[in-house]
Amino acid sequence: MKHKTPKATRHVNQNEGLIFEKSSAGKSAWKLPPLDVPEVDTAKLLGGSERKDLGNMPEVSEIEIIRHFTRLSTWNYAIDLGMYPLGSCTMKYNPRVNEAVARVEGIANGHPYQPEKISQGALHIIKMLSECLIEITGMDAITLQPAAGAHGEMTGLLMVRAYHQSKGNARKKVLIPDSAHGTNPATAAMVNYAVENLKSDSRGMVDVASLESQMNEDVAALMLTNPNTLGVFEQQIHKIADILHAKGGLLYMDGANMNALVGKVRPGDFGVDVMHLNLHKTFSTPHGGGGPGSGPVAIKKGLEPFLPTPVLVTKPDGTLGFDYNRPHSVGRVRAFYGNFGMFVRALAYIQANGPDGLRQTTEDAVLNANYIRKGLEGIYDLPYSTPTMHEVVFSDRLQAKKGVRTMDIAKRLIDYGFHPYTTAFPLIVPGALMIEPTESESKEEMDLFIEAMKSIAEEVEEDPQTVLEAPHSTRVSRLDETAAARKPVLRWKPTN
Amino acid sequence: MLKAIGLRSVDDLFAPIPAEYRLTRDLKIPRQMAESEIVDFFRQRSRENGDGYTSFLGAGAYFHYRPVIIDALISRGEFLTAYTPYQAEISQGTLQSIFEFQTMICELTGMEVANASMYDGSTAAAEAVMMAVRLTGRRQVVVARSLHPEYREVLATYATHQGMPLSIAAFGGDGRLDLKELEKAITPDTACVLVQSPNFFGTIEDVDAIAEIAHKHGAMLVVSIAEAVSLGIVEPPRQADVIAMEAQSFGVPLGFGGPYCGVIATREKYVRQMPGRLVGQTVDKQGKRGFVLTLATREQHIRREKATSNICTNQALVALMVNIFMTVYGKIGLRELATQNLAKTAYAAGQFAKHGKVLFAASPRFNEFVVETSEDPYAINGRLLGHKIVGGLPLRKFFPEFGNAALWCCTELTTRSAIDTAVGLVAESERSVRSAKEEVEEVAR
Repeated sequence: MKHKTPKATRHVNQNEGLIFEKSSAGKSAWKLPPLDVPEVDTAKLLGGSERKDLGNMPEVSEIEIIRHFTRLSTWNYAIDLGMYPLGSCTMKYNPRVNEAVARVEGIANGHPYQPEKISQGALHIIKMLSECLIEITGMDAITLQPAAGAHGEMTGLLMVRAYHQSKGNARKKVLIPDSAHGTNPATAAMVNYAVENLKSDSRGMVDVASLESQMNEDVAALMLTNPNTLGVFEQQIHKIADILHAKGGLLYMDGANMNALVGKVRPGDFGVDVMHLNLHKTFSTPHGGGGPGSGPVAIKKGLEPFLPTPVLVTKPDGTLGFDYNRPHSVGRVRAFYGNFGMFVRALAYIQANGPDGLRQTTEDAVLNANYIRKGLEGIYDLPYSTPTMHEVVFSDRLQAKKGVRTMDIAKRLIDYGFHPYTTAFPLIVPGALMIEPTESESKEEMDLFIEAMKSIAEEVEEDPQTVLEAPHSTRVSRLDETAAARKPVLRWKPTN
Repeated sequence: MLKAIGLRSVDDLFAPIPAEYRLTRDLKIPRQMAESEIVDFFRQRSRENGDGYTSFLGAGAYFHYRPVIIDALISRGEFLTAYTPYQAEISQGTLQSIFEFQTMICELTGMEVANASMYDGSTAAAEAVMMAVRLTGRRQVVVARSLHPEYREVLATYATHQGMPLSIAAFGGDGRLDLKELEKAITPDTACVLVQSPNFFGTIEDVDAIAEIAHKHGAMLVVSIAEAVSLGIVEPPRQADVIAMEAQSFGVPLGFGGPYCGVIATREKYVRQMPGRLVGQTVDKQGKRGFVLTLATREQHIRREKATSNICTNQALVALMVNIFMTVYGKIGLRELATQNLAKTAYAAGQFAKHGKVLFAASPRFNEFVVETSEDPYAINGRLLGHKIVGGLPLRKFFPEFGNAALWCCTELTTRSAIDTAVGLVAESERSVRSAKEEVEEVAR
């Protein structure tokens, strides 16, 4: 076999305490300009409301701050370091041009309440992105206000409820497949819908017979992820939509896996009524260690009156503005207009790709997932042999015989220089390994990943202890989560 | 690669999708653009977006100076392109930084625990109220009318389907929550009172008195803080049970309204009803200090429909900006920064008071104030725009009873000359209205 450079090697690892442990009186990293107005007597202005002391806030110098955060950063894995195959999270490359354009003066410093007359640039960006996303999803209208995917789900279900209410009956429950993300049932509860579980069939798809028997006039909507969390496209999608629509229900699509569809198929064309997108997944805005996201909600015409306020409109004079007079609206879900900075990045991504680029992206994402599936089939158990779209789900069934579980394999993968895949999800696969390479990975990087996974499978057979005790190459290993939860220490406190 | 998989064409990969739904044409979106074209496109949009204007707008979004090291540090790929820190061993950078963030938010708010962030101040306030509803087992919520009106709207949206009736308590002539109205609005079913301080008009609420009334009736007090810099010089609402904060002022660009950084802080005993991610300290198998996401049994990926909230993605990178900002200014700098805000505002309010009417003048305020003019503030603002100045926010958009009043804001970045120019134009407006009135009176005589 051809020699390959293994991915992980040790490198210099700094120890770094908490910023508070570096603090001492008199150090500073700030400087204010001289005051050009008279000084004030704070006690006189504020009286009893004046604050006397800022407690244990740190006092450190600029170089200390730079080193502190730079050292901390070296303890993070990131897409910029290598493959990050977290299934269902779509960890694709975050283009740097997105960051550059989001920082252009008038875009970064626009105030949300500045007059519309001098906000045409921002409004133009909102309009263009809205139009692109409507075309990509095949829907009729959109709101960009929700701040993340779960927030989009809530906004979508609020519109579903308002729609049913307008027909005289808000209905009682939402159907959710057992393979769904946890946010789906949590969202349904926030909108006061009861959750009814819908089981999957032997191929990992919605069990259409169950759906038919569970569907009735109490069901407001089905929340469906398509492709679902197994990376499987719901082949009976038209039937699913028909069953719902026949009884007046709506089809909600969780767009978490839209990276498998863009430019190839449009949810609006296969019967979806409401869906959210995750700009931080499909449209390349950075995950930033857990956010910010953005969760636009696209809808069919019939739901348009219920969009959150305000709605962007073109005024008679051709300029853009906001319409606040929306009597049927579900209301506002966030102050101002949403995570605008993410709109800028997503639009730059769409522009950098164009129609051909977006189609190619989807094709590459699906091709990559299938390449990994082929490379690991037989070595890891594949519980569902249904065709794979953008992600593939294995299980630890073979390795579990040696006492090694999905989390152990994941931890060992760290030693090989990769971020783990998603572990133990979806819930319908015991011991799941959910792998999503995205289009960003080259064949070379995926080959290294496949080699690493094969090597770990061999270790499980020959030396399971090495896997069970992994990772071995990180500064800290197997942190005690039980102790953390039993006696939570959620902040630093001075010792004396 | 196709050969390795055993397929002939890429189209075979999409065979599972029923043919009638496959798109056989190009998407109708703009053509592919080169990087130089994209940069140029956004530069043009920037020029159409208030670039080069001096602004007196606040109202929940504040223009403060952002130390350059914030962007230098958050642009490191290890922070920018990492996911939620579920794999603790390779996420210690994000985890430790959140732990420091939680600590500093506690120090500044006087609370015992703070979460890793919420979407923004408005949703944080709504989630804090829902937390109080769960904790008290009561349903009704009293909301101060001096709360940011868009926060109130968001709360109304969240509350609609959760059986949480809202009642609004009016403010008095001093621009602060009217305590008599508050007493009237509270019922035995009141879960919490929600106030903002400094409130929407920039006035500092009498939190002690409000807390006493709320607690007397067994209700919790939720305080929203929209202007985080105020915490440098204004006593935090230590009597609150939950604080819902917008931390945008701490190093986050205005960005036409987002992304910002909400936070919830509270007492330790309420932590298990708190929404959002939390980072806790622990040890690894060698006894070395490290950090993990903890108390996840509150969250949606574990508890599903029984979770405290559906929140998943939060505002981590923005919280990192906030964290760096708090570290840069620290114990002394934050106070000095807040004092400059106070001084600029005191000067501006004093100058405006010479020509127009500054409302709620007797109440303590931080960096916003309300100016009532004889002329429509939209008309005055129209003239200010000609001087590349964006005037205060006309309040009748949200409060029809205010007529010609506008909400003005000064920060450390507001210059004396901008204040003098704005005051000059307002003075001119007052003079011309007055002389027009005199003319009319003359004619009438």
